[in-house]
Amino acid sequence: MEYSSYMNSSIQSISPSGIRKFFDIANEMKDVISLSIGEPDFQTPWHIRDEGIHSLEKGKTWYSPNRGFADLLQEISNYYQRRFDVTYSPVTQTLVTVGGSEAIDLAFRVLIEKGDEVIIPQPSFVCYVPLTVMAGGIPVVINTKNEDNFRLKADDLRAAITDKTKILVLPFPNNPTGAIMERHDLEEIAAVCREHDLLVLSDEIYSELTYGNRDHVSIASIEGMYERTIVINGFSKSYAMTGWRLGYALGPEEIIAQMTKLHQYGIMSAPTTAQYAAIEALKNGDKDVKHMRSEYDMRRRLVVDSFNDMGLSCFEPLGAFYVFPCIKSTGLSSDEFCTRLIMEKHVAVVPGTAFGECGDGFVRVSYSYSLKHLKIALQRIREFVEELKDENNR
Amino acid sequence: MDKLLQLLSKNSQFTTGEIAAMLGEPEDYIKAQIKEYENQGVIKGYQAVINWEDIEDSYVEALIELKVTPKKETGFDEMAKRCMAFEEVEAVYLMAGVYDFALIVRGETMQDIAMFIAKKLSTIDGVISTGTHFIMRRYKDRGMNLFCDDNQADERSLIL
Repeated sequence: MEYSSYMNSSIQSISPSGIRKFFDIANEMKDVISLSIGEPDFQTPWHIRDEGIHSLEKGKTWYSPNRGFADLLQEISNYYQRRFDVTYSPVTQTLVTVGGSEAIDLAFRVLIEKGDEVIIPQPSFVCYVPLTVMAGGIPVVINTKNEDNFRLKADDLRAAITDKTKILVLPFPNNPTGAIMERHDLEEIAAVCREHDLLVLSDEIYSELTYGNRDHVSIASIEGMYERTIVINGFSKSYAMTGWRLGYALGPEEIIAQMTKLHQYGIMSAPTTAQYAAIEALKNGDKDVKHMRSEYDMRRRLVVDSFNDMGLSCFEPLGAFYVFPCIKSTGLSSDEFCTRLIMEKHVAVVPGTAFGECGDGFVRVSYSYSLKHLKIALQRIREFVEELKDENNR
Repeated sequence: MDKLLQLLSKNSQFTTGEIAAMLGEPEDYIKAQIKEYENQGVIKGYQAVINWEDIEDSYVEALIELKVTPKKETGFDEMAKRCMAFEEVEAVYLMAGVYDFALIVRGETMQDIAMFIAKKLSTIDGVISTGTHFIMRRYKDRGMNLFCDDNQADERSLIL
């Protein structure tokens, strides 16, 4: 059968994620030391796992309500109030989803009409473009720049807006660059969004991972933005709960209602066990978040310092758990750099181009690894960079 | 808790340069700080955590409960000092509860430890009774997993 003629042309036009390629090479090789994984190396804190187990012991194995358990919705609402000073009704403005990714997909499918333009700053997580395309939208990419510390600038946003623009995706703290947006940055962006009547999809999944006493600011807390922002967040990064698959969306009642309808038909409800665990996370997990943040922070400093020291300049990332060093001084492209690094030194990092074309000249290095592991990997990268220098001087 | 001490207590093998980077302090400051802790006796020494069970030339350890009569002048301190003096004794803790001291005692064989208790420990003036618990296996020691390499294998898979 000619299957391609049976399948949707949009999905067939989307290429597979560029992070994969190097992982496939790494899998074939022994003795590979990876800095490519984008999830916490910590296990979910025990008291959180224990609540999940306890719920199973009690036989709580049924569906939850479509939106999520009332206790969890309430805790999420309390949390956004407590941490980011934004008030959402747990009853009408909160939806629990299967990871933040589902929430992003739902938002796009609810908001986008065919031909609507969605502005996506890059480098950024790989899902925004494909999900926009699948929802019938047109992705419009803005390249953030090293010299701006990869923050989104109001002028660049303004230049990308047309009369078709509907949504701005705001992916901060950012994967892969580690960039954050501070209040003054957001205020400039907010002014443009209000002026052009844009909606904002604010992906705040790394909101607990910011460093240097710069607490995450949600754009929803800025004047005139609450009514035009859909906040995406979840438990994966902040509580090391990736495998539990639990996220949520917060936003205007009308939009959340449509997203809930789609979620209800497509997914029904998020995993029950995970929801019980998540209630415990929000109630008693602050100390775990603090501990993990402080561990990541030490690693972050070590890794940034090492890259700068070996001559690969690296702006100071203030969020997430990635550094994004510039490798242009080696004369190699991102792809060449990563391929040679894995072949010659058996170290896996991800080329910046996996997160958008403007990522060329950079690589993403995850520091979600033990200090011991990081030290070995950094030593190998240092040797590789030294050898490249010798090669270039020959 | 002091972050420098926390780091060193987990792994004393970091260079001062690495510690300086991790804590965001100048290396000279870190060097001086470590020196000061050493001089003050806050840092007592640097030891490797060894999984002796993997070594053939091994030893036996026991936890000894000790009930004693405290001395009028010196309380429990004098008894603690006497216990500490034995090279067989690895650790001495004053306890709250049904007994007064917990000792960790090390010997080449169980017989060694039994003899030590019978001849040296229980004969100390002021010792009322002893209770001996032999340590059969160490699963976790000083915060480290000695049992299995569960924590070492990276089971994470690449998703996207």
